[in-house]
Amino acid sequence: MALPIRTFDAVVVGAGGAGLRAALQLAEAGLRVAVLSKVFPTRSHTVAAQGGIGAALGNMGEDSWLWHMYDTVKGSDWLGDQDAIEYVCREAPRVVIELEHFGMPFDRNDDGTVYQRPFGGHMQNMGAGPAVQRSCCAADRTGHALLHTLYQRNVRANTQFFVEWMALDLVRDASGQVLGVTALEMETGEVYVLHARATLFATGGAGRIFASTTNAFINTGDGLGMAARAGIPLEDMEFWQFHPTGVAGAGVLITEGVRGEGGMLLNSTGERFMERYAPNAKDLASRDVVSRAMATEIKEGRGCGPNRDYVLLKLDHLGPEVIEKRLPGIREIAKKFANVDPVRDPIPVVPTVHYMMGGIPTNYRGEVVAPRGGDPNAVVPGFYAAGECGCASVHGANRLGTNSLTDLVVIGKAAGDSVIRFLAENPGRKDLPADAAEPTLARLARLDGQKNGESVHAVAEELRRTMQAHCGVFRFPDLLAEGVRRVRELVQRVARTEVKDKSRVFNTARVEALELDNLIEVARATMVSAEARKESRGAHDRADCHDRPGFPNGRDDANWLKHTLWYHDGDRLDYKPVNLKPLTAESIAPKARTY
Amino acid sequence: MRISIYRYDPDRDEKPYMKEYDVAVEPGDRMLLDLLVKVKAIDDGVAFRRSCREGVCGSDAMNINGKNGLACITRIADLKEPVELRPLPGLPVIRDLIVDMTQFFDQYHSIRPYLVNDEPPPERERLQSPEERAELDGLYECILCACCSTSCPSFWWNPDKFVGPAGLLNAYRFLADSRDRATNERLDNLEDPYRLFRCHTIMNCVDVCPKSLNPTRAIGKIKEMMVKRTV
Repeated sequence: MALPIRTFDAVVVGAGGAGLRAALQLAEAGLRVAVLSKVFPTRSHTVAAQGGIGAALGNMGEDSWLWHMYDTVKGSDWLGDQDAIEYVCREAPRVVIELEHFGMPFDRNDDGTVYQRPFGGHMQNMGAGPAVQRSCCAADRTGHALLHTLYQRNVRANTQFFVEWMALDLVRDASGQVLGVTALEMETGEVYVLHARATLFATGGAGRIFASTTNAFINTGDGLGMAARAGIPLEDMEFWQFHPTGVAGAGVLITEGVRGEGGMLLNSTGERFMERYAPNAKDLASRDVVSRAMATEIKEGRGCGPNRDYVLLKLDHLGPEVIEKRLPGIREIAKKFANVDPVRDPIPVVPTVHYMMGGIPTNYRGEVVAPRGGDPNAVVPGFYAAGECGCASVHGANRLGTNSLTDLVVIGKAAGDSVIRFLAENPGRKDLPADAAEPTLARLARLDGQKNGESVHAVAEELRRTMQAHCGVFRFPDLLAEGVRRVRELVQRVARTEVKDKSRVFNTARVEALELDNLIEVARATMVSAEARKESRGAHDRADCHDRPGFPNGRDDANWLKHTLWYHDGDRLDYKPVNLKPLTAESIAPKARTY
Repeated sequence: MRISIYRYDPDRDEKPYMKEYDVAVEPGDRMLLDLLVKVKAIDDGVAFRRSCREGVCGSDAMNINGKNGLACITRIADLKEPVELRPLPGLPVIRDLIVDMTQFFDQYHSIRPYLVNDEPPPERERLQSPEERAELDGLYECILCACCSTSCPSFWWNPDKFVGPAGLLNAYRFLADSRDRATNERLDNLEDPYRLFRCHTIMNCVDVCPKSLNPTRAIGKIKEMMVKRTV
C-alpha cells in the first residue's frame, strides 16, 4: 500500500518558538514550506515560559555577552559546547531586539528600554558577582508574549501551517539523507508522505515521560522518537532539569522570576536554607543546586505540610504592587492550583521535571550531526533540529533559567538560515525510497489490528511512575539498574497497546498511542544513559559519586567530560568529546562549581 | 461525579447524543480536566483538545454547565452535578467536544494581528514608556481560546461578518501600541456595519473570559477612536 505524497522545499515539524522562528526565516525567503503542528501554533508549550529571555542588553547596569557565556558554561557544569554557547550568548541581544521590533510587549524601564530582572546563575564579572539583571521579560508571561508575537509575524509572512497534523516517522534514504516525514492529518485520519528537500524538527520537550512535570500533555518527545527510530543517536539524555518551584501536587510551574524579584525559599523551621547551600547566590543559585538543596531539606525532615513533603516560596514581602505588576500570572496560578494568595501566604513548592537538556545532536547552526567515518559530528544531510528537541549543546548538564527562550530563538533562526543555504547549494530533489511509508504503515496496521492489548493510558502511567521512581533528583545505582530493566519490559508492553476507538475522525486515542511510541524511546535513552554515567554532573546526581578531592561535587572530568550518544538499536552507547573551544572567545577551563 | 458529555462522531453517529460517565474524585483531582482524563481512560473514544493544563494555551475551551470556560482551570468543587459538557456553541462540531475554529481564526487574521511599522528599525529597541506599555495590559494576554466569541449572540448570527470579541480585543491591542503606525488603516478595516458595530454590548464575553479580560471595553475604545477621527 502507498500513501499520498505532497512535496515541499522544507518541512518544519513543530510550531513553538523554535519552529516559528525558523519558519519565519523560510517564509521570508519565499520557500515552499509546510509547518506541521499537533496543536494550533499559539498552543505550543513555549506559551508557558514565564520569567524571561536571557540577553546581555545591559539595560539595568553593566553586562557583557562574555559574562553570559561564562555563566552558561559554568551552569552547564562544563558539559556545554563552548562554540554553541558563545554563538547563542553573542547573538542573544540581536534576536531580543528583533523580537521587540516584531512587536513583542516587553516590560519597560523609565527610560523606555526593555526591563530585565535577575535570574538564577546570572552574574557579573565572569561569575564573580554580584547578580546581574539579564532576563528580558513581559511580566511573568514572556513565553506567551514571545510565541504570539512570532505567530503574528508568521501571519504577516503568509507562512503555510498544517494545524493539527502529527508527524509520525522520518524518511531517510539509503545514504542517510533525510527526505521528509510521514504525517497524520488528525481531523480526517489521512496519512501522507511529505516529501521535502530539508526537514527541520522543532518538536519541543518530552517531560511527559515523568509522572510529575511542568510540561504540557503534548510534550511527548515526538521528534526524538522519530529520529531514534531512524537510526540517529540521542545526546546527553541523562540530563533532565528539575525546576525548583513546581506547585506541590499540581506540577504547575512557578517562575524563578519570583526569586529574581526577591522571593525566597523557607523550610519548616522558617529558615532561608539556601544561605547554607549557596552562600553567595542563595535562592538564585543554579536550578540543579537549588533543587538538590530542597530535596535534601525534605529528605532530612525539614519539609513543610502534614507530610513534610514540600518547602515554601515566600514572596509576600515584595508587596502587592510588585506582585501585581511583575508576577500577576503567578498570583493567578497560586490561587487556582495551591489555594493560596501569595500576597499574604507562601506557595508550597517541590522540584518538578521541567526541561530536557539532551536531544537530537546538532551543531550551533542547527544542522543535525551524528558520528560517521571517524567524524563524531558529521552532518546528516537535509536534517535540522532546534529548540528543546535539539542538543547543540548549549545547556550541557544543567540549563540556566532564561536560556531556553534564548536558545530556541537563536538556534531556530540559525537552523532556518542553514536550510536556506542547503537548498541553494543542493537545487535538485532526491527521489523517495520505495519503502518510505513502510515503518508508518506497519505501526498503524499493528495498532488497528491489535486484539486483547493493554490500554495506552495504563502503559503510559506505568512508564511515568517508573521514570519518576528510578530517575529523580538523586539517583542511586541499584534503582537505575532496576529502572533500565523495567523500561525494557515496558518496551514490550508498548508494542501491544490497543485502541478501542477505530474512528478516522479526530481520533485522539490513536494520537496518544502513537505518542507513546515516542515516549518510550525517550525513556529508554534516559534510563540507559543515566545508568551508564558513573559521575555526578549538573542535573545528574549519583549517590555513589559524591564530592571528594579531585572530584568536585562528584564530577569526574578525567573519564566523563564527554557527551553520551544513545542509539535505538540494541540500546548502544557511544561518546563524543565536549567542545571546549569557543568560536572567538578564550576557552573557559573546568573548575569546581560553587554559587 | 457524574459527567454528561456531548458525543458525535460523523464517522459513526447519525446524530449527536449525550453520554453519562461516573468517575471517582480522588484527593489529587482539582480541575475538571483531571476528570476528563479519567473519562478518557474508561472510554478512549471521547475526543477533546487539551495541552498546558494551566490555563495558558487555550486548548480545552468548552461549554461547562451552560457557560464557556477552560476545563483545566475550572474547579471540580465549583461544579453542579451532573456536569454537562458541550462543544463551544456556534461553531461546527468536528467530533464530540472538538469544534472547527476556522471562522474564529479567520476573523482574528482579518484584523492584521501584527505590529505595523515600516520606519527603518533603530539599532536598539524602539523606546516605549512604562505608561505606554501599560496600555497593552489586559489586551496582549488573550490566549485565543474562543470562549468569548462563541458566547456572543452577534458572533453566532454573523461569524463571517462580525469580527467578534476576541478579534476586536486584539485589534485594539495593536491600535493601543505606541509603536504601531497603521491606526488609520486599522480603523478603516473595522468601519463597517458588521465588523465592529454588530457588538451590542451584551457583555457575555466579559463574563466568560478565563483570563479576566474585557473585550467590551476594548470595543468601546475602538468606537471612541472612530468618533475622534471624524471630528
